[in-house]
Amino acid sequence: MSGVRVLVGTKKGAFVLTSDEGRKKWNVAGPHFAGWEMYHLKGSPVNPDRIYASQSSGWFGQQVQRSDDGGRTWEAVDNKFAYASVPGTHQWYDGTPHPWEFKRVWHFEPSPTEADTVFAGVEDAAIFKSTDGGKSWAELPGLREHRTGSKWTPGAGGMCLHTILIDPAKPDRMYVAISAAGAFRTDDGGKTWTTITKGLHSGFMPDPTAEIGHCVHRIAFHPSNTDRLFMQKHWDVMRTDNAGDQWYEVSGNLPTDFGFVVDVHAHEPETVYVLPIKSDAEHYVHDGKLRVYRSRTGGNEWEALTKGLPQENCYVNVLRDAMAVDRLDDCGVYFGTTGGQVYASADGGDSWNAIVRDLPAVYSVEVQTLT
Amino acid sequence: MIRVVLPAPLYRLAKIDRAGELAFDVPAPVTQRTVLDAVEARYPVLRGAIRDHDTHKRRAFVRFYACEEDLSHESPDAPLPEAVARGDEPYLVVGAIAGG
Repeated sequence: MSGVRVLVGTKKGAFVLTSDEGRKKWNVAGPHFAGWEMYHLKGSPVNPDRIYASQSSGWFGQQVQRSDDGGRTWEAVDNKFAYASVPGTHQWYDGTPHPWEFKRVWHFEPSPTEADTVFAGVEDAAIFKSTDGGKSWAELPGLREHRTGSKWTPGAGGMCLHTILIDPAKPDRMYVAISAAGAFRTDDGGKTWTTITKGLHSGFMPDPTAEIGHCVHRIAFHPSNTDRLFMQKHWDVMRTDNAGDQWYEVSGNLPTDFGFVVDVHAHEPETVYVLPIKSDAEHYVHDGKLRVYRSRTGGNEWEALTKGLPQENCYVNVLRDAMAVDRLDDCGVYFGTTGGQVYASADGGDSWNAIVRDLPAVYSVEVQTLT
Repeated sequence: MIRVVLPAPLYRLAKIDRAGELAFDVPAPVTQRTVLDAVEARYPVLRGAIRDHDTHKRRAFVRFYACEEDLSHESPDAPLPEAVARGDEPYLVVGAIAGG
């Protein structure tokens, strides 16, 4: 029987939520790693029982946890992330040079073809690869050593590489996003990288259309067309149809185009979800209403999805890794809030229910479709 | 036997059942470095959690105490107090008290 497994990372532990394909009755397991910050958990598309989890703490640093039984038991694997070369400096918030220092793993992206291969996006921004199931990590230094690297600056949450997209048909093609450096593409498995920021406009920069400095919050694609990307930037929802060579804005009728998450329906490549946040100073939803916005036209025309979501006195945020979709016939959509709720829709966003309401602040939500 | 007390999160991380003291032999000289080397050899998951992997520099929010003294800024190669070397007093690895 098919079902789903939702992997939730929170400020104080990880939770595993499971349900059958009806997605009405849920089993909640956790907290795993109680008290630790769990930035991200993600399962291997090749072996869904293989899950990688980023466990970190301001006191005791980074750990990488791995499960081979769907999240029931875990094993700490290697936690050493050493930059491949002398890192040098990037720019600090005030524009002065600042040493590159590893702080934590923000995102794991397991390979679509090899269960033991997984990529890690880290702060300070770099991409690492493991080909032994997380037992050892090696940096792909071409990204950090990009000619613009010394000009990269951190966003408010740190200089984090938070998004990794691997083209399932051409695994040598990957996209990454870094706050607040921008977005990059590789077509050679990570050896060399190209900035993909043409068309982005960021008013907080001295040159709003500069190649580097855009605070990209999230990028998503549909696996059937990996040249078409959707981006939630600090402000602006953007789209490209040529693998990032040129972006254009599709914010359209959104009440505010600030936000963190963006995702694409599993079966409808032009159906896109965002969750507008009021502003960069007020990291909570607009008008006290928790509303997912859906476009069935690849952007510009958005409809508010509100059924089952609080429509008054709601002031939560939804962070960049905290939305996901499943691949069941009726696509499920999931997101988690800084207020500790994890919401699920089993009908593409038409209606919503809270799976749980009182977790610690949710950092990340991923979903596995189990068959 | 050297006695070592760790912060509670590290007991859980290392899957040590009881949140109490560790006790094991450490060949002379008994210093902060040799004690922590022994801890990490027994519990490799703790590598990087107390000290930097390569430099062995203490993590910023971790402190080392023994015999009511703060040893955090002492040389890692200085002998620990005799009372620690004899096992009369524990060597304490402490997580700094800070919000979160």
